[in-house]
Amino acid sequence: MMKLITGNAPHLRSKDTTSKVMIDVIIALIPALIGAWYFFGFYAFFLAILGAVVGEAFELFIMRYLRKDKSFVPNGSAAVTGILLAMNVSPATPWWVMILGLVFALGVAKHAFGGLGMNIFNPALAGRAFLLTSFPVYMTTWYKPALSFSKWIDIQTTATPLAILKEKGFSHMNVSYADLFFGSRAGSIGETSVLLLLIGFAYLVIRGRIKLMIPITYIGTVFLMSSIFYFVSPEKFGTPLFHILSGGLMLGALFMATDMVTSPMTPKGQAIFGIGCGLMTMLIRYFAGYPEGVSLSILLMNAFVPLIDRYTQPRIFGEVKS
Amino acid sequence: MNLATFKGGVHPPEKKELSKEIPIQKSPLPDKVVVFMQQHTGAPAKPVVEVGQKVKTGQIIGEPGGFISAYVHSPVTGTVTEVKKISNIIFGKAVEAVVIQRESEDEWELLPHGDYEKFSKEELLDIIKKAGIVGLGGAMFPTHVKLNPPQDKKIDTLIINGAECEPYLTIDHRMMLEKSEEILIGIKIAKKILGVNNVYIGIESNKKDAIEFLKNKWKGQVIVVPLKTKYPQGAEKQLIYAITGKEVPRGGLPMDVGVVVQNVSTMYAIKEAVVDGKPLVERGLTLTGEAIKRPGNWWVRIGTPISWIVENLGEGFKEGIENVKVLMGGPMMGIPINNLDTPIVKGNNGITSLIPEEQRGTFCIRCSYCVDVCPMGLQPYLLDLLGKKRKYDEAVEVGLLDCIECGSCSYVCPAKIEHVKTIKLAKKVYRALRGGKK
Repeated sequence: MMKLITGNAPHLRSKDTTSKVMIDVIIALIPALIGAWYFFGFYAFFLAILGAVVGEAFELFIMRYLRKDKSFVPNGSAAVTGILLAMNVSPATPWWVMILGLVFALGVAKHAFGGLGMNIFNPALAGRAFLLTSFPVYMTTWYKPALSFSKWIDIQTTATPLAILKEKGFSHMNVSYADLFFGSRAGSIGETSVLLLLIGFAYLVIRGRIKLMIPITYIGTVFLMSSIFYFVSPEKFGTPLFHILSGGLMLGALFMATDMVTSPMTPKGQAIFGIGCGLMTMLIRYFAGYPEGVSLSILLMNAFVPLIDRYTQPRIFGEVKS
Repeated sequence: MNLATFKGGVHPPEKKELSKEIPIQKSPLPDKVVVFMQQHTGAPAKPVVEVGQKVKTGQIIGEPGGFISAYVHSPVTGTVTEVKKISNIIFGKAVEAVVIQRESEDEWELLPHGDYEKFSKEELLDIIKKAGIVGLGGAMFPTHVKLNPPQDKKIDTLIINGAECEPYLTIDHRMMLEKSEEILIGIKIAKKILGVNNVYIGIESNKKDAIEFLKNKWKGQVIVVPLKTKYPQGAEKQLIYAITGKEVPRGGLPMDVGVVVQNVSTMYAIKEAVVDGKPLVERGLTLTGEAIKRPGNWWVRIGTPISWIVENLGEGFKEGIENVKVLMGGPMMGIPINNLDTPIVKGNNGITSLIPEEQRGTFCIRCSYCVDVCPMGLQPYLLDLLGKKRKYDEAVEVGLLDCIECGSCSYVCPAKIEHVKTIKLAKKVYRALRGGKK
C-alpha cells in the first residue's frame, strides 16, 4: 500500500550535508599533509591520521555515552579538528600529547559548549593553546625539514624563521622566500608549505566552502601593517612578504580563521573578524613574548564573534536608509 | 547576454524537461467536483446554492464574503449533492465546500461579454470580479482588487510574471507558447484598467523559445525581459527589482513603487471572462514529478479531485513506489496534501508527485549559506534560532515578517534545518499574540 507523505516546504533539498562539508575540508588538507610527510617524515603524517581517527572515536564516545544520543552518526567534524590540531603542533610531538590535546579540544572546547555548531572557540586552536601551556617544551621545539619522505623526524632542532627574526633580526634569516613558499623550513606539521595550503584552499573556494572575506581581510591587514613597520625598521620587523609567508599565517588565515562555526555570518562581520585577526597577529609578532601570534589572535577574535554578528546585520531588502 | 536578476537565490534542479514539450491538453470532465468557498486570500465566499439544486457551468455558487473576497462558480453542469465544511489544506482550516455531481456536457451561464474596447474601466473591473478571477500564480489574491489600487497610489508599470521559477512546473511556459494572443488581449485589458503604458514580461532564460517567440509576437506592445534562471526569480519583489531596479519597501506592496504584477495565466483568465464571458472555472496546470506515470500539461476544471487527475490524466503512480509526496504547486513552495481526494483550487498551477527522500540533519554549522542565498537579505539561521527560542519580538526586529517563505535557505542548508517551518510558525504565533494589531 502506497503511503502519502507530508512534510514542510521546500520539498526539494540540496544533496549537500554537514559530512560533505567536512569531507571537503579534509580533502583540502591532504596536499599539506603529504607535504608534512615529505618535510618531516612519516610520523608527522601519522599524527594527523591519529588525530582524525581518535577524534572521531572520542566524539562518538562523547555523543553516545556521555550525551546519551544513541542515534548519533559521525559527521566528520571531529576528524577535521583532529587533523587541524596535528597540523598545528611540532612534528615530533609525542602521540599521547597529541591525544591529550584532542581530548581538550573536543571534550572541553567543543562539547562542553554544546557540541557541533555551539562552540565559541575553534576546537583545534583551543587544543593547541591547552598544549602550549601544558607542554611548552614539546610545543616549541622545532626541527629542520628532512625533505625525503623519511620514516622518522630528523633529530636536528632549529629555530623557526619568526623566532630568528625576533631574537636576532632579519639579516640573520637562514631561509629564502622560496623556502617559505614551498615549505622547506622549521615549523608545525601543516603550516610550512604555503603552496600546498593554497592548493587545498583553491579547492575549498571552488567548492564554495569558504567565507572568502576572512582570508582576504586577514592577509590584507597583515600586509598593510607589516608594510608600515617595514619602513620603521626592516631589520627589526622584517618585510611584508616574509610575514605573509612565514609562521602559521597561511594555515591560520586560510583554514583556521575560516572555520565555519567560529567565524561571523555576514561578509561585513567577516571583514571585521579578519582585520581583527590581522591586527592581533602582528601586534603579538612585533611586541609580545611569543614569536608567533596567529592561533592566539584567532582564538581572541572567536570570542568576539557573537558581538560582531549582533552588530553587523545585513541590509534587509526594501529597507529605507534612515 | 546580461540577464536581469536579484541578489541571492539558489539553483535547484529544474526538472522541467518532464513536461515542457507537452502541449496543454483538455481534460475530460470529471463526474464529481468539490468546490471550496475559499480559493482566494481574504474572506471566504458564502454558498448561494442548496443541496438538490441544478447548476450550470459558470453559474455563481458562492458570493464574496467581504471586500477582499471572490465569487465562486460551478465548474460543471449538474446537481449540488452536498454543502459541507471540508478541511482545506491550503488555508489550514475547515472551509465550506459545494459538491456537485455532473450530469451532462457543459451548459454555460455566461457573463456579459464582448469587445473589451467598448467597456469602461469600471465595467471591466466588474466583469473580472464577477468572473471570480484571482492571482493564478499561486497567491490567489482577488484580481479585481489588485487591478484597482487606491487613488493615491500612482501606477505606471504593469509587469507580467512569466518567470516560472518553481522547478518542475511548465504551465506558464506552455501558456506563453500556445496562448500568446489571448494573453496579449488580457494584458491590453489590464493596461486599460490601470491606465499604464509600460508593460514588461519577465521570463527566465531557461525558456528561450518563449522569450524569442514573444519578442517577435508582442513587438512594440510588451517589453520582453529575459531573466537569469534562478529561484525565486518569480517572487513578486525579486521580479520587480530585476526588471525595474526598484525595491518594494519593507512591509509595502508593489503598488508602493508604482507597479502591479500579474501572472500570465491570470491574463488569460481575464481575456476569457471579458471577451468570451467565461468565469474562472478551469485552469491550466502541470501534472508532473518522478512518481507519476505520465507527466503533462492540462486544462482542468476547478474542484476536480487530485485522485481523479492522477488516475485519469497521469495514468496513476508508478509501480513499486512505497511512499509518495503529492504537492499542490511545485516542490519549493508547494503544499503537500494529506488526502488524495483534495480538489484543485484556482491557485493550483501544478500537481507535483515526488518520491520522498530521508536526509539526516545536524545542528547548524554556521556555514552562512542561508545568509548568502536569502533573496530578502535576511539571516534565516538567526530567525530559526529566535523562533525556536520563542523570541518573537527579537525575530521581528531582524526581519521575521519580511520573509517571503521561498525556502532557499532550507534548500541550501547542509545541516538540513527547516528554517521555513520555524519561520511560518513564528509568524503565526507572533500575529496571534499581538492580536492582529500593528
